[in-house]
Amino acid sequence: MANFDQELDASGLNCPLPILRAKKSLSGMGAGQVLHIIATDPGSVKDFEAFSKQTGNELMESREEGGKFHFMIKKN
Amino acid sequence: MSDEKKLAIIATKGTLDWAYPPFILASTAAALGYETQIFFTFYGLQLLRKKLALKVSPLGNPGMPMPLGMDKWFPVLGTAIPGMESIMTMMMKSKMKAKGVASVDELRSLCLEADVKMIACQMTVDLFDMNPSSFIDGIEYGGAATFFEFAGESDVCLYI
Repeated sequence: MANFDQELDASGLNCPLPILRAKKSLSGMGAGQVLHIIATDPGSVKDFEAFSKQTGNELMESREEGGKFHFMIKKN
Repeated sequence: MSDEKKLAIIATKGTLDWAYPPFILASTAAALGYETQIFFTFYGLQLLRKKLALKVSPLGNPGMPMPLGMDKWFPVLGTAIPGMESIMTMMMKSKMKAKGVASVDELRSLCLEADVKMIACQMTVDLFDMNPSSFIDGIEYGGAATFFEFAGESDVCLYI
């Protein structure tokens, strides 16, 4: 797994909370820093794609592991 | 003019279930960088109360899933039994909590944190003799023209 600067565990949270928490974490980070998000909401896979497309923050990685979804987002 | 996208929502319903769409969409839009406004009118004004007392009703709502498959066999008139609304509201709330769905309170706070502008319809506030001191702080009051000032420039406009 790639390196990251901050981690957000959004396990157990449902739409739209993972996105809102991620947005909050990102706003406290510097450009180029990477946020690692862990979620259990299956809807978050498409939602994080849409989130990064619309906000310009790059979704570097999106994968499932052990029933959890992991995302790496680089702040623009 | 800014190139920020704009979302305008009219919230007209005052039940627990229908409190979700305006707050979910507004908070998410704000996270996506939209400038967002919600105009609360008629029963939607219930969503602005400091102390939310929202309920969900099975009455006249055949699409509402109920425990034990009650939506299939329970007589419609039975849903009018006193206390039914409170029981269903309790069940819905505990189900939402178990599934990690945010409370309406929490979503509303997130909207306020994200600078979602909330406007109460002055006409309905007067019509129902509602007390502005029972509403949360930070809201504005206005009428249809106030709504159109923002909605006319919006990219997405929803009536809920």
